[in-house]
Amino acid sequence: MGKPTKQRRKGQVAARAKGPSGAGTALVKNNPFEVKVNKQKFNILGRRTKHDVGLPGVSRSKAVKKRTQTLLKEYKEREKSNVFKDKRFGEYNTKISPEEKMMKRFALERQQNHEKKSIYNLNEDDELTHYGQSLADIEKLNDVIDSDSDTEERGILSAELTAAHFGGSGGLLRRKALTGEQDEEEEKPKSRKELIEELIAKSKQEKRERQTQRENALELTEKLDTDWKEIQTLLSHKTPKSERKDKEEEKPKPDEYDMIVRELGFEMKAQPSDRMKTEEELAKEEQERLQKLEADRLRRMHGKDEQENKKKPKHMSADDLADGFILDKDDRRLLSYKGGKLNVGNEEEEGGNEEEERESEEESEGEPGGEDEEEAIVEEDDATDSPSDLESDMGSEEEVTANEEQKEKHKGNEKKLQSEEEQNAKIEAARSELPYTFTVPESYEKLKSLLFGRIIEEQLVILERIQKCNHPSLAVGNKAKLEKLFGFLLEYIGELATVEPPELRTIDKLVLPLFSLCQMFPEAASNSVKFVLQDAAHDMEEMIEVKGRATFPGLDMLIYLKITAILFPTSDFWHPVVTPALVYMSQLLTKCQVMTLQDVVKGLFVCCLFLEYVSLSQRFIPELINFLVGILHLSISQKRPQGYILVHPFRPAGKNSDLLLVCDKKDMETWKKQNLPLSIVTRLKESSQTEMNHFRLSCLAVCLDLIKKCAALYESLSSFHEIMQPIRVLLTEHIPVNEYPKQLQELHQNALKELEDKGKQYTPLVCEKKKPVPLKLYMPKIVKVLEFGRKQGGSKEEQERKRLIHKHKREFKGAVREIRKDNQFLARMQLSEMMERDSDRKRKVKNLFNSLATQEGEWKAMKRKKFKN
Amino acid sequence: MRHRYNSCVNCLVELMGHESFQVKELSLATLMKFVELEGKYPLVKAEWKGSFSFPLELLKLVVENLIPCEEDSSLLISRFQEYLEYDDIRYFVMKAVAENIGQVMQKTKEVPLPVYQQNVFSLISSISMPSKENEVVNFMVKQANQEEWKVSKLKEHKRAFERMWLGFLKHKLPTGLYKKVLVILHDSILPHLNEPTLMIDFLTVAYDIGGAISLLALNGLFVLIHQHNLEYPDFYKKLYSLLDPSIYHVKYRARFFHLADLFLSSSHLPAYLVAAFIKRLSRLALTAPPQALLMVIPFICNLFRRHPACKVLVHRPGGPEELSEDPYIMDEEEPSESRALESSLWELQTLQSHYHPDVAQAAAVVNQSLSELEDDISELLELSAYELFDRELKKKATSMPLEFEQVRGLFGKKDDLFAEHFALE
Repeated sequence: MGKPTKQRRKGQVAARAKGPSGAGTALVKNNPFEVKVNKQKFNILGRRTKHDVGLPGVSRSKAVKKRTQTLLKEYKEREKSNVFKDKRFGEYNTKISPEEKMMKRFALERQQNHEKKSIYNLNEDDELTHYGQSLADIEKLNDVIDSDSDTEERGILSAELTAAHFGGSGGLLRRKALTGEQDEEEEKPKSRKELIEELIAKSKQEKRERQTQRENALELTEKLDTDWKEIQTLLSHKTPKSERKDKEEEKPKPDEYDMIVRELGFEMKAQPSDRMKTEEELAKEEQERLQKLEADRLRRMHGKDEQENKKKPKHMSADDLADGFILDKDDRRLLSYKGGKLNVGNEEEEGGNEEEERESEEESEGEPGGEDEEEAIVEEDDATDSPSDLESDMGSEEEVTANEEQKEKHKGNEKKLQSEEEQNAKIEAARSELPYTFTVPESYEKLKSLLFGRIIEEQLVILERIQKCNHPSLAVGNKAKLEKLFGFLLEYIGELATVEPPELRTIDKLVLPLFSLCQMFPEAASNSVKFVLQDAAHDMEEMIEVKGRATFPGLDMLIYLKITAILFPTSDFWHPVVTPALVYMSQLLTKCQVMTLQDVVKGLFVCCLFLEYVSLSQRFIPELINFLVGILHLSISQKRPQGYILVHPFRPAGKNSDLLLVCDKKDMETWKKQNLPLSIVTRLKESSQTEMNHFRLSCLAVCLDLIKKCAALYESLSSFHEIMQPIRVLLTEHIPVNEYPKQLQELHQNALKELEDKGKQYTPLVCEKKKPVPLKLYMPKIVKVLEFGRKQGGSKEEQERKRLIHKHKREFKGAVREIRKDNQFLARMQLSEMMERDSDRKRKVKNLFNSLATQEGEWKAMKRKKFKN
Repeated sequence: MRHRYNSCVNCLVELMGHESFQVKELSLATLMKFVELEGKYPLVKAEWKGSFSFPLELLKLVVENLIPCEEDSSLLISRFQEYLEYDDIRYFVMKAVAENIGQVMQKTKEVPLPVYQQNVFSLISSISMPSKENEVVNFMVKQANQEEWKVSKLKEHKRAFERMWLGFLKHKLPTGLYKKVLVILHDSILPHLNEPTLMIDFLTVAYDIGGAISLLALNGLFVLIHQHNLEYPDFYKKLYSLLDPSIYHVKYRARFFHLADLFLSSSHLPAYLVAAFIKRLSRLALTAPPQALLMVIPFICNLFRRHPACKVLVHRPGGPEELSEDPYIMDEEEPSESRALESSLWELQTLQSHYHPDVAQAAAVVNQSLSELEDDISELLELSAYELFDRELKKKATSMPLEFEQVRGLFGKKDDLFAEHFALE
């Protein structure tokens, strides 16, 4: 019994502390007449009971109170359309103390006044906007305002008024104060909302003014006033943000401040987009990194910055659409440019010119500012960035390859600089000459006609502009169009590779737009690459069926395979594009006959591809080793294989089994290591025997180097020696090393060293330990006990559905109950109203009767008197 | 009249050597019509009642011209096939061919005649023998008492068939033809012979030749061993020596592995033998294309399941720590001497890093202890490279990872292999 008494005492203490109201509830809780105890049938250990004690009286009074606050109010205002909204700053915010509230309101009021005054120093017109009354009154008030004594009072008053009049601005300010500075991104929508609300307020105000001011002169001034206000509204949305800063800065002079305000406004606007972009980038990169974790960790994130730069302007432009600022400037540009093109650029494009022009006009009309703006920004970007990193990258890259080809000629920085400048000039020229907008070509032929015959830089610029003008964010159909463009571009590259002579330099550059398109539409890109692969594999299969043997495909297919390696990560365990490509390459090396020197070059190219594909993942490729053995076999004179065995495409002896055999001593001596030109693949050069021999030696050199690379790659494999056995035999016993030139001998030595350096280590294999199988135990099978009241059976979805149905039913019941109670409450109210009215009436009737009775009485009395008299 | 008829026949026979195929075909059809009619209305009256008349001479002439020594007549032979449906024609053609082979070969004295042999082959390989006695009912020339005629006896048919084939195979064949014969040997020749064991000589010779021919001879040998109690000394040794890198590349891969699976399915084989096979197969797998690997790895796993004693190859706890050499001797001809049981399957471990994901996964199976059930390799046997490619292409991808390294050109990667060896010219 000790416990309840203690509790009561505690309750009492608490009640005392809380004061009278608290004491009331405590009393109620302890009053046995107020408490309803819910009886429990069983005591269940560990279950917490929430509803063991109920206070019906309290809850009922709570409900009634709530209804009087909400339902009753509504009921009473049921025929009123006007609503009173209190939008004073922090009126319902209990967190702010009244003093603070007052301070804030005052500050806000001051800021508004100040700002308006400072921007347009017209005679205190801002007051006019706040007060909807006669002008004269306002002007009188204004004179008084300057005095310090009643600023505070006026501040409160005006703040409230503004809140009442300009609902939007007050609401905005309050919200701003609550959410703080994180809301910077939301600046835009808010400002628009504010704008609209201000417009509404303004129109109302005008009406009122018209009512109060009847004189014409005043009306004129009012017009002036509204005109000005329009300008004001355009700029006013920037101010609230700046005002926060303002407080800290102790109010600089109006003009300076104005400038700061604008600067800040611009900065703020740029910032959110900026930050969003980087986050997105980071997230994307992070994701990619995770996907390629197995091997890509080692690689630097290379093109990150460039990509970012490319994407940023687009994003900004999408945001900036609302501003008319840049648009104007750009329109001018476009016009002047058009004139220029009409004068100059006619010699190049004849058919497509008019079309493109029309297109460009249409587009510039259709979406004002969209692409033009982008152009402008792109150009700005180029002006700053491209000479420094993008183009110089290209340039230097070219330099690298160029250097390798012609080492003697190309040395020294001056030339480098010069060529770079030249290239920049070329690019600039291409930029200025070409139209700015392009439509995406609908078919391959159109793309071809657009690109073919132009110089590389122009092609690049065209592709870049097609991409920019038709960015998916600009119009709905653009995505599909650009996705198609990838396929067309791929086809175009294929055609360039089959042209005589192959335009490999162009392809080299066209890979860049291809890459960026691939980054934009991975699915579409992979599908088109897959399609190309499937086509090629199908062709080969058909050829095998018809002729019984296959030949190596053209240069275009080799380029496609190389591009696959550029576009997709080759180190993945399984990749939807790369794995089929690998299988196809394996078929190339096992099925295709090596009949000519070109075939050897193609085969070596495929070998290189294979090595590149697995360079990170270090996977084992049997076909590669077989092929290299075959190539080495082609270079020896004695045709009886000893110690090694040739497999399918190669034969120990036959028509083409001495393709790489070089006998001429002189040719051996004159040979210098050179890179194999890819064009040899497409055309058979009518070259002299010497050159052919040199080619042979070059092929051998490539082969030896590949062997070295293979050896380095596979040294960790447990059966490395077995794999390399045939190659080792060939290198040590069969190849006529001594006859070869020095360079080749060196290569041979290197390869051989790489092969033989590896130690032989074999550790017997041991399986992973498997889990011991548990003994069968004869334990009772445990079945879930059927609980009463609980819905059972069915799958997870079924159970979930049942649960939801149950919940819905309960909620529905609850709602019905509430509605019923509401109705009861209303009926009660109506009844009481009626009773009141009735009693009122009764009272009034009584009064009337009373007065009538007295009248009658008096009259009778008078009569009686008369009679008496 | 008869004279005219004979000269007409001679003319027609000559016309069978005409250049135009239409003429050939027409003359063949006419001659066969003559055969039919002559059978029905014999030129010479039957000498005694109950004898059977058939225009044997005429048919011989036709057959002789059907298989010329100089030119390929496979088209005409395929036209002739419809007549081979008749049992009597078939019987007499077989006899005629056997006789013809003997004559021609004697004439040329063992100098191989590839075209002639080719022609003979295309004729006799198109003969489809009846398998039951009661199927011999389809005659071109109807006879009075059909049942007693020996043409209607299946046994006679078989004898003629056997004699014809033996006569054909007695002589040296070119390699291509050899393969063709071996391909059809087991299911269209052996079952129709009276004494299949007569083929033993031919098969053993073929088996000893080596290479693809040996692979093909295996099938015939299998039938003989299996159904006719052939005892073949050192059969497994021979089989073992057949394993060389080309088995993964040749066309008859499926067939060979199907048979090898059969031969190695016996649970009475000694462990050393199976281990040698396993080791050799996996060693050779280091040069195999992916489609073959996808087949041979389950094959090896099946061998492990059948012969648990071989599991030391993948699981050798408490063995020597490190070896400097693989104990297995690849060049050893004798499986028992190859020390395969002392070795381990490092080859499969190597294949775990194969570039094809399926192969790598299949090879990784040996890391775990194998399940009890055997893998079904029958559908993997025929897997071709193109099917493999197609399968890869049709797999649905949930995500499409992309290369993130910024591209700088075709050969623009960091230390690009191509920039070292090729020039963009």
